[in-house]
Amino acid sequence: MTVMERVVATDQPLLKVEGLTKRYGARIGCADVSFDLFPGEVLGIVGESGSGKSTLLSCLAGQQRPDLGRVAYEGRDVLAMGETERRRLSRTDWAYVHQNPRDGLRMGVSAGGNVGERLMAVGARHYGQIRGKAADWLGRVEIAVDRIDDRPSAFSGGMQQRLQIARNLVTQPRLVFMDEPTGGLDVSVQARLLDLLRGLVRDLGLSVIIVTHDLAVVRLLAHRLMVMKSGYVVEQGLTDQVLDDPQHAYTQLLVSSVLQV
Amino acid sequence: MTDEAYNFAYLDEQTKAMIRRAILKGIAVPGYQVPFASREMPMPYGWGTGGVQVTAACLVPEDRLKVIDQGADDTTNAVSIRKFFARTAGVATTERTVEATMIQTRHRIPEVPMKAGQILVFQVPIPEPLRFLEPREAETRKMHELEEYGLMHVKLYEDIARHGQIATSYAYPVKVEGRYVMDPSPIPKFDNPKLSCSPAIQLFGAGREQRIYALPPWTKVESLDFDDHPFKATKAAHDCDLCAAGDSYLDEVIIDDQGGRMFVCSDTDFCAGRRAKGHKGRLWAPEPEAAE
Ligand SMILES: Nc1ncnc2c1ncn2[C@@H]1O[C@H](COP(=O)(O)OP(=O)(O)OP(=O)(O)O)[C@@H](O)[C@H]1O
Ligand SMILES: [Mg+2]
Ligand SMILES: [Zn+2]
Repeated sequence: MTVMERVVATDQPLLKVEGLTKRYGARIGCADVSFDLFPGEVLGIVGESGSGKSTLLSCLAGQQRPDLGRVAYEGRDVLAMGETERRRLSRTDWAYVHQNPRDGLRMGVSAGGNVGERLMAVGARHYGQIRGKAADWLGRVEIAVDRIDDRPSAFSGGMQQRLQIARNLVTQPRLVFMDEPTGGLDVSVQARLLDLLRGLVRDLGLSVIIVTHDLAVVRLLAHRLMVMKSGYVVEQGLTDQVLDDPQHAYTQLLVSSVLQV
Repeated sequence: MTDEAYNFAYLDEQTKAMIRRAILKGIAVPGYQVPFASREMPMPYGWGTGGVQVTAACLVPEDRLKVIDQGADDTTNAVSIRKFFARTAGVATTERTVEATMIQTRHRIPEVPMKAGQILVFQVPIPEPLRFLEPREAETRKMHELEEYGLMHVKLYEDIARHGQIATSYAYPVKVEGRYVMDPSPIPKFDNPKLSCSPAIQLFGAGREQRIYALPPWTKVESLDFDDHPFKATKAAHDCDLCAAGDSYLDEVIIDDQGGRMFVCSDTDFCAGRRAKGHKGRLWAPEPEAAE
């Protein structure tokens, strides 16, 4: 079954978000955000700096508590869950790829240990098998297996980001949150990482929510697109539709400014 | 004789009561690190002020106290702490494990099996076993609360990846009654099996870090490991050169500048006891002082 077939075949959303609002004192982080994410779907979130993308993502992933709204994962109320259950979910079903790989990696631990951590966190106790899986995943993200015992500090930025991705995907999560995964990388490195991500998302049938301010990332990866401004969602729809025929003045500006670059 | 200038065992009664409450809480929740308000002691932190405070809170006049440092009763550290309590509490002291009712220790568990009624007090420099990989205190507390201990195995994984085996040989992490992961203080991993199902009460005090934790008698304590790299309680593959013991933890001692070495029991009381019974090691000479 292809991803699109699966999207069509399922009518139950994996993630259902309603009226999500987060304020920082008087300032709005994000406001009244609602959407459904279906299994195998990639949702892009774009918007200028300060528009609330990271705030929204961290509320969805349970890293921050929203002030209002509901988040249901497979019908389960995420905000009503106990912390144990929510943290378990974020070690098993969910994954979070940070913009800065330093925030998502253990810099003092070898590449193999970084990839193996999630396996050990869910109870893997066979060194040989953990190492085998780590080696396999390094290969999948195009890191030479002979670097398995090196620390991430000895890796380039692009390698660190690929390592972070391997570390997150090794336990076969279903839902991956990514906050600017290609930010801070050279253009050529970005392109390669995007290619890799696209392959993994397709092969593993991942559901992804990806924050970016790079419309090229969105065009390549996202099935659907959400545009944010000042905390609010100002437009959402199928990616091609939004980009080719932007309705909101802000989206039009965003699209045209990219084309001018 | 007790020095009248001090309260019994130096600390005032209120402080001892506070420490005892922490100890009781620790005993009720084996392996859990209980915060306590550590007091200044008239000795540097490196001397085990945490252990000293726990000992002070548990001592009664009828006690017979033994103090060991790396297994030995005669190091400066052990002698000073023993003298400290002889003076401030007036308790009897001993070097014999079997005679002691309370033993304060740094880095060892005696070779002679502990008995019911004895209390073993460990000096702890760093109580948090997760510290090595997760420096944030709030986060490690959360990890204990939620039993998120995968990180401990990451540490062991790193060991095997780097050294081909689990190279951690001191402060080897344990799981207590299937619940809390605990740092057993820097005892050699050779001593880890002795922690489990001991008839004695085992108390751990960290002064600088202000933590107390405990193992009540008969607590099950397991050393963490991998299925394909099981825990092994290792020691130097020698017999003691003084008492010929083949099953005690040995220190390696350089005996001359030609690279000559000998292996001797780190537990001085155990070694002396065996020699008194007539066991003779490879290098045992009746008057070792004469060789100096
Ligand atoms: N911890 C915080 N405390 C106070 N205000 C915050 C905090 N984090 C974010 N904000 C504010 O919330 C709004 C949304 O910020 P957020 O980081 O979510 O934006 P963003 O879209 O991710 O921006 P960028 O593209 O720069 O990463 C901004 O006005 C920001 O200043
Ligand atoms: Mg952001
Ligand atoms: Zn000996």
